[in-house]
Amino acid sequence: MIGEGLQSTNQRKHSYVQDRVEVGFFTDPSVCIGCKACEVACKEWNQVPDDGFTWTGNSYDNTGHLGASTWRHVMFLEQDRAKGNQVAGTMSLGDGEDPFRWVFLSDVCKHCEEAGCLEACPTGSIVRTETGTVFVQNDVCNGCGYCVVSCPFGVIDRRPSPLPDAGGAFKCTFCYDRQKSGLVPACAKVCPTESIVFGRLDDLRAHARKRVEDLRQHGYNDAQLYDPTDTSVRGIHAFFLLLGEPEAYGLPPRPQVPTIYLKSAWTAAFATAIASIIATLVAFAFSS
Amino acid sequence: MDAPASEKRLEQLREKAWQEGVVPGRGVDVVGGPIPRKPGYYGEPVVKPPVWTWEIPLYFFFGGIAGMSAVIALAAILFHHVDVARAAMWLAAIAGAVLSPILLIMDLGRPHLFLNMLRVFKHRSAMSMGAWILTAFGACAVPGLIALELHAHQIFAGTPDQLLSFATVIFIFGAAIFGTLLATYTGVLIGATAIPAWFLHRTLLPIHFGTAGLGCAAAVLELFGYRISALNFIGFYTAAVETALLIWLSFDKHGAADRAIHEHGSGWFIRIGEVLNGPLALLLRFFGFIPLAAISFLAGALVSRIGWIAVGKVSGADPEAVFASQR
Repeated sequence: MIGEGLQSTNQRKHSYVQDRVEVGFFTDPSVCIGCKACEVACKEWNQVPDDGFTWTGNSYDNTGHLGASTWRHVMFLEQDRAKGNQVAGTMSLGDGEDPFRWVFLSDVCKHCEEAGCLEACPTGSIVRTETGTVFVQNDVCNGCGYCVVSCPFGVIDRRPSPLPDAGGAFKCTFCYDRQKSGLVPACAKVCPTESIVFGRLDDLRAHARKRVEDLRQHGYNDAQLYDPTDTSVRGIHAFFLLLGEPEAYGLPPRPQVPTIYLKSAWTAAFATAIASIIATLVAFAFSS
Repeated sequence: MDAPASEKRLEQLREKAWQEGVVPGRGVDVVGGPIPRKPGYYGEPVVKPPVWTWEIPLYFFFGGIAGMSAVIALAAILFHHVDVARAAMWLAAIAGAVLSPILLIMDLGRPHLFLNMLRVFKHRSAMSMGAWILTAFGACAVPGLIALELHAHQIFAGTPDQLLSFATVIFIFGAAIFGTLLATYTGVLIGATAIPAWFLHRTLLPIHFGTAGLGCAAAVLELFGYRISALNFIGFYTAAVETALLIWLSFDKHGAADRAIHEHGSGWFIRIGEVLNGPLALLLRFFGFIPLAAISFLAGALVSRIGWIAVGKVSGADPEAVFASQR
């Protein structure tokens, strides 16, 4: 972590897979400089194809959103509030009357404790790894698209033609291949400010809580942790520090895993099934 | 802001900067920037809209017909309407064991891996349950149809024929049970997702899809010339339930969270579909225009299924709908 140099969990070799340790990412926008090295490292290591060079006009973000071929996405928020004690304005420099801040956050698959995509997958292609992360086995996926609508964070997507491996569902693998060899995920490894920290989930959560406290003491009054442990998602392995509301980052304020809707939906289905059989039998019984 | 006014303001700012070194107050508010005013993160979707194309609403339509045809076939066999039972089983087998799998496989991103659907059995995945229900339905409907035809044509005599007639009832019973699930699980499938307009109506959807499936099965049989009062009764029952669902849907509103059902083009699909297979089908049937009522019901069911998928696409792409459904 920050200040630990080569002793940081971002740089050390590890054996989390072999030791079956729960791992996570903690992403902290207060130190992110928006360099997009994580996006590049992810694309390079995982050989993710390019998905178009489009100009969005949304600040310096021309990536747009997470998808089948975008597994890290650096967001650029332009907000009319102050960032901590920083003094900045769109035009009025110095008088603090017209505050402005630029916030960067590297978004990624959340690797939910109760993962909607994993629950929905009918082929068993999506599995949970030894380190508690969620992994798509590309050679098993038949591209049914059900995980796409089951993800409460809109992360996983089906890759369209004519890109390589088109038709399958893709998302962040948490660099499972690197982790198996004791390496740190590519995005965390390259992050120059350790805005992305990789490590043991417990350690990261403790570190994140301390970081929020520190920031609040330094005037970042709207610093908060985004880790929905109190909803049916039951926490995420890739959690975030946010400045301001989750909505501004396109994050759902109270995400729910869609399996919680199954009970009422199946009850309605069974009731309809029984009603249809009875109605049909009655129809034939009274007209015979 | 129009261009001349902002140009004028820029001139003022330059003048002030030149004279005083600093510029107090607001600058030029460029339309569309620099502070984003779209909901969420530049209006980007929070959840992903469905990637499904035209095959899926058609599958919902034919799957519903197939499944509920088997129920009609079972009742028809039990009450000795062998002709109706044969037609219904042909319908069940063609729509359920031929058209439905073809449509489902066509929609896959990798159709050649379709058999992976039967790699695992996951009761918490409606898609997995659906794949198994469709398989079980096909495994009952096809032998059920063969046995029924062999029995009806008196191919065998004596004990083999008695066994055949016993097997017919068993297979058709199985097809009817799995058929009711085939017609209703599709509502669970889209109801148990992260798409706000879908999960907010997760109890309505299975009722709607199942009931519309039953009405469609009866309507197709009527259009094929089987005008018996039992099918007419089913037509009345299903159109009445659909009318009730239309009223339910117009009261059970969730504001911005499910506005895709009430606004946009997708809302019109839902409304037109519900009117066609609800009140209009009911009225036409009441006044004795049975073929017209059947056509109206079928058209309504098809339009409404297209509408529900369209609603999912609109609702999934709408960040405010997701926020509103969670507040």
